[in-house]
Amino acid sequence: MTWETVIGLETHVELATKTKIFCSCTTQFGGDPNTHCCPVCTGMPGTLPVLNKRVLEFAVKAGLALNCAITRYSKFDRKNYFYPDLPKAYQISQLYLPIARDGAVPIHTAASDKTIRIHELHMEEDAGKLIHDPWIDQTRADYNRCGVPLIEIVTEPDFRTADEVIAYLEKLKETLQYLGVSDCKMQEGSLRCDVNLSVRPMGSEKLGTRTEMKNLNSFKAIARAIDYEAKRQIELIEEGKRVVQETRRWDENKDATYAMRSKENAQDYRYFPEPDIPPIELTEEYLDELRSAQPELGEAKRARYQADYGLPEYDCQMITSDRVLAAFFEALVELGAPPKQGANWIMGEVLGALSARAMEPKEMKLTPPTLARLIARVAEGKLNRNTAVKVFEAVFDTDGDVDAYVKEHGLEQVNDDGLVREACARVLEAHPQSVTDYRGGKEKAFGFLVGQVMRELKGKANPQTVNAVLRELLTQ
Amino acid sequence: MKLTKLTALELGGAIKKGEVSVKEAAQAALDAVSAQDKALNAFITVTAERVLSRAEQLQAGVKDAQSPLYGVPMAIKDNICTRGVKTSCASKILGDFAPPYDAAVVDKLAQAGAVSLGKLNMDEFAMGSTSETSFYGPVKNPWDLERVPGGSSGGAAAAVAAGMGWYAVGSDTGGSIRQPASYCGVTGMKPTYGTVSRYGLIAYASSLDQIGPLCRDAADCAAILDVLQGKDAKDGTTLDGQYGNLLAGLTGDVRGLKIGLPVDCFGDGLDGEVKAAVLAVADVLKARGAEIVELSFPVMEYVVPAYYIIAAAEASSNLSRFDGVKYGWRAEEYEGLADLYRKTRTQGFGAEVKRRILLGTFVLSSGYYDAYYKKALQVKAVIKDAFDKAFGQCDLLLSPVAPTTAPRLGESLSDPLQMYLSDVYTVSVNLAGLPGLSMPCGFDGKGLPIGAQLIGPHFGEGVLLNAAHTFQLDTDWHKRTPKGGDLA
Amino acid sequence: MNITPELVEHIADLSRLELEAEEKRDMTAELERIVAYMAVLDKLDTEGVEPMSHVFPVKNVLREDEVEPSQDRAELLAGSPVPDREAFLVPKAVE
Repeated sequence: MTWETVIGLETHVELATKTKIFCSCTTQFGGDPNTHCCPVCTGMPGTLPVLNKRVLEFAVKAGLALNCAITRYSKFDRKNYFYPDLPKAYQISQLYLPIARDGAVPIHTAASDKTIRIHELHMEEDAGKLIHDPWIDQTRADYNRCGVPLIEIVTEPDFRTADEVIAYLEKLKETLQYLGVSDCKMQEGSLRCDVNLSVRPMGSEKLGTRTEMKNLNSFKAIARAIDYEAKRQIELIEEGKRVVQETRRWDENKDATYAMRSKENAQDYRYFPEPDIPPIELTEEYLDELRSAQPELGEAKRARYQADYGLPEYDCQMITSDRVLAAFFEALVELGAPPKQGANWIMGEVLGALSARAMEPKEMKLTPPTLARLIARVAEGKLNRNTAVKVFEAVFDTDGDVDAYVKEHGLEQVNDDGLVREACARVLEAHPQSVTDYRGGKEKAFGFLVGQVMRELKGKANPQTVNAVLRELLTQ
Repeated sequence: MKLTKLTALELGGAIKKGEVSVKEAAQAALDAVSAQDKALNAFITVTAERVLSRAEQLQAGVKDAQSPLYGVPMAIKDNICTRGVKTSCASKILGDFAPPYDAAVVDKLAQAGAVSLGKLNMDEFAMGSTSETSFYGPVKNPWDLERVPGGSSGGAAAAVAAGMGWYAVGSDTGGSIRQPASYCGVTGMKPTYGTVSRYGLIAYASSLDQIGPLCRDAADCAAILDVLQGKDAKDGTTLDGQYGNLLAGLTGDVRGLKIGLPVDCFGDGLDGEVKAAVLAVADVLKARGAEIVELSFPVMEYVVPAYYIIAAAEASSNLSRFDGVKYGWRAEEYEGLADLYRKTRTQGFGAEVKRRILLGTFVLSSGYYDAYYKKALQVKAVIKDAFDKAFGQCDLLLSPVAPTTAPRLGESLSDPLQMYLSDVYTVSVNLAGLPGLSMPCGFDGKGLPIGAQLIGPHFGEGVLLNAAHTFQLDTDWHKRTPKGGDLA
Repeated sequence: MNITPELVEHIADLSRLELEAEEKRDMTAELERIVAYMAVLDKLDTEGVEPMSHVFPVKNVLREDEVEPSQDRAELLAGSPVPDREAFLVPKAVE
C-alpha cells in the first residue's frame, strides 16, 4: 500500500519588540538569569498585565502579510497549567478570538506550487527557561524569557512532504523578517516549530491519528523528524499496531522521536477569558494605516529586480535573502550604481566580508553611499577593480572615506596612456621568451605579461588600457 | 480630646492646625491596638516601629500638606501588597512573603500622608463571609466577642469600629467590604469596578475584586476615595472616575433624588429587625426631600450561583501560582516536582479555599465550561441589564447588606452553601461593576449593628456618598462605638 | 448533574490538590449540593445572550514599547523558599 503523510504546523515566532508583551522589561536575548525580570513577569501576587502596543501592531502586520482576516474584536484568554517555567501557572494566550484567521501562503517546491491555508494566528507570552543543575540535582528557573511576546501561527493540515514544510517555513521566515516583526533565529529560539503528523492510505479522505513533535531546532531537524516519524507510523500500522495520539520529542543526537511523559498528554487547559486585559477592537483606519505601511516583501522584490534591472534569478535570490541587504542594494541603485555592479559587490565583497566576520547584515557599519562611491570611482576609471577591493576592505569596518583613503595611499588608477605604454615596452623587452610564446599562440603568456605590467605600475593601472596597449605592441 | 472618637477628617484637621501631632495620633492608635487586639485579632502584622518613624518624618511636612487625611493612621487589608512588609492573605501558603513592590493604592496613600499601622486579618484569600478562615485565627466582632465581624475584610471593619486606626483599606469581591462594615457598624464602600487600581491587590476574582475604604462615616469615605481613585497605567481595567472631588460634593441636599426600593430584596429570608431598620433609611431621606419608588428586581435568585461560578473559576486560576516555588511557604517533605506542588497546595490552603478552587476548576473543565461558566457570564449580562432597567427608574437603590446581623462564631462555616446564600444582597453589585455603600442604620435587640446598602449606577459615587452623608447628618448610628473596647 | 468521587479526584488532580478518602467523600457531597443549587440558572433563558466577560466597554488599553529598568534580582528572589543567588529552584523538571 502507498501511504500519504499529512502534516500541519504550529510555529511560534518571537516578536522583535524592545519590551515584553505585558511589562516593560527588556526582551534582549541572554543576560544573567532573572535579571530581565520584574514583579509582573515573575508572576508575583497582585501584579497585572498591560499589553504592549507594538505586539498588537506586529501581530496584525504578520496577519495581513499572511493574507489573514484580521479579527476586529479580539480577546485574550488564560491557558492554565502547572509547570515551573510558567510562574503564574497560566499562559496568557488567545483561544476564542485570535487576532487573525483564515490566511493563505503560496509556496513553491521542485515538485509543485500550492497554497498552505493558515488556520489562525494569535498573540501569547513565552515561558521561562529551566536548566537542570546536576551538582545540586535541582532545576533552576530563569524567567528572563517569561513574557517575551510570541505569535503562534497554526496551519491547516495541508503539507504532504518535508519539502513543502521547509518551503513554507522559509517563506514565513522571509516574510516576517521583511516585515521587521521578528528575527526568526532558530538557534536563539525566536522561531520554533511543532509538527503535527499523521499518515493515511493514499486516496483516503479520513485523517489518521496524529502525533505532535516538539523540540525541532533547525530546518534540517524538521525534515529528518518528518521522515522518521512518517516511517515510524507507517511501520506501526503495517505491523497491525495503532498510532497513539501523543507528544513526541525529537532527539537530535539519536535521530529519533520518543514519547514524552503521558501526563503531559492528558491536559485540560481550562481556557477562559483573561479578566485583566480589556478586549481589542480594531478600526478600519488602523488597519488601513498598517496596510499602507506594509513593506514590499521578498517575492515582489525578486520579481521587480528581474523585470526592472534584468538581474539573474540567482542574484535576486541572494540579495533578497536578507531585508537589510535588499535595502542596501536598492540604496546603491538609487545612488546611481549600475544594478548588476551593485549586485556583484553585494554578493561578492559584502557577503564575503560579513561571513569572514561572522556578522549579520544589520550589524554592518558600511553604508550605501560609501560603496556607491567606490563603484563610481571604478566606473570613472579612477580605481581599478582589484584596488577597489582593497579599498573596500579598508573602509568596510568603519564606513571610512573612500576618496581620502585612495589619496592617502596613492591608489589612484594610472590612466595615462604614455605611462602604460612605457611600462609595456619595458616588460616586453625584459621577457622576450613570453613574447615569443604569445606570438606562437600561447594565450597564457599574455596573462603573464599583463601581470608584469600591473606590477610595474603597482597595480594602479587600468587593466583595460594595459590589455589594449599590450595587444597593440605585440601585434606590431 | 479623646482622639479615637474623631473621624479621620476631624483628626486630619486637628493635625493640620497643630492641635495634635502625627506622633500623638499614631501613638493613640498603637495604644488602642495594644489594649484591644489580643481580644479582637484584627491585625496580622503591626508595624509599630515603622509607624513612629513614619509619623516623625511626616510631622515635618504638616504645613505643606494638601491631603485632608495627612498624618492620619490607618491600616491595610493583608491581601494588598506592601513592599518589604509581610503580606499573607491570611494564608499559610504565603508564609512570610514580603512583596518586592507596593500596591498602587499603597503608593497613593503614602503620597497623601497616610500612616500605616500594619496589615489586617481577613478570610483566607478573601474567601469567606466571617473572617474565620484565616490561618492566623478568627477575628472577633468588637460589639460582641462571641460573634464574627463579617468578612472577608473583617479585620478592617473590626479595627475601625474599635478605634485601632481611623480608617482601613479593604477589598470587596462579593460584599467583603460592605458586609463586615454592616456587622461592625462602620461605613464601607465598594467603588465602581475599575475606578481604583487593583495593581498589588492579590487577586481572588479579577473581574469582581475592587479596593475600597472602611471608615467612620460617609465624609471620610469620600476623602479616602478622592485619594484612591483614578486611572492607573499598571492596571488595564482602570478608568477615570469621571467624578470630581467627592468630598466637596457632600451637600446634604437630596431633594428630588429618586431612591428605588427593590421589593425583591425585602422578602423571605430577611430578618424583621434588619428590614425595619433599612426601610427607616428611606423615611429619613424622604424627610430631606428624596422621593421613594418601589420597583422590581427580578433576578435575585440567580445572583448567588452566577457569582460563585465566576468567582470560583477566576480564583482557581489566580491561586494556581501559589505552588511553593517562587515565594511563600513550601511543604517540608515531598518527592519530586509534582509532589512538591500537591503537598504545598494541599497543606498550604485552608478548606474553604480548596473548596472554591475545586469548584472553579470544575466549572472551567472540559465538558462543563458551557453549562456553568459560560452560562454564568450570560446570567451576568442579564443581571447588569436588570440594574440598567432599575436605574432607568431611580438614582439609587436601597437594600439590606445582609439578611441578619452578625452570626455567632462557628455558626456559618458548618454549612458553606448557607453561607454563600447570605451574600445575596451584595454579590450582584460586583457582577455589574457598580458602586455600593454600607452604612450603619440601627441596632437589633441584641445590640448588634445593622447596615443599609446604597447602590448607584456606574460612577454614581458622588450621589451615593451624598445620600449617605445626608442620612448621617440626621442620625447618629455611625457615631456609636462598641463597648467591647474601652472607647468611651 | 451527578458529582462522582472520580470526577472530584480528576478536578483535584487538575488543581494539584490531594484529598484523603474522607475529604473526598465530604467534598463530593458538598460539591453535589452546590452544583445542584446552581441548576437554578437553567430556569433563566439566556438563548442569544452574549456572555459578559468584561462589564465595561473599556478596550484597547495599550502600553508604549519602551524599556524600563528591571527589578533588582535579589529582591525578586528574596521570598523564594529555597535560597539561591540567581534562580528559583525546583526538583528536577527537565526531561
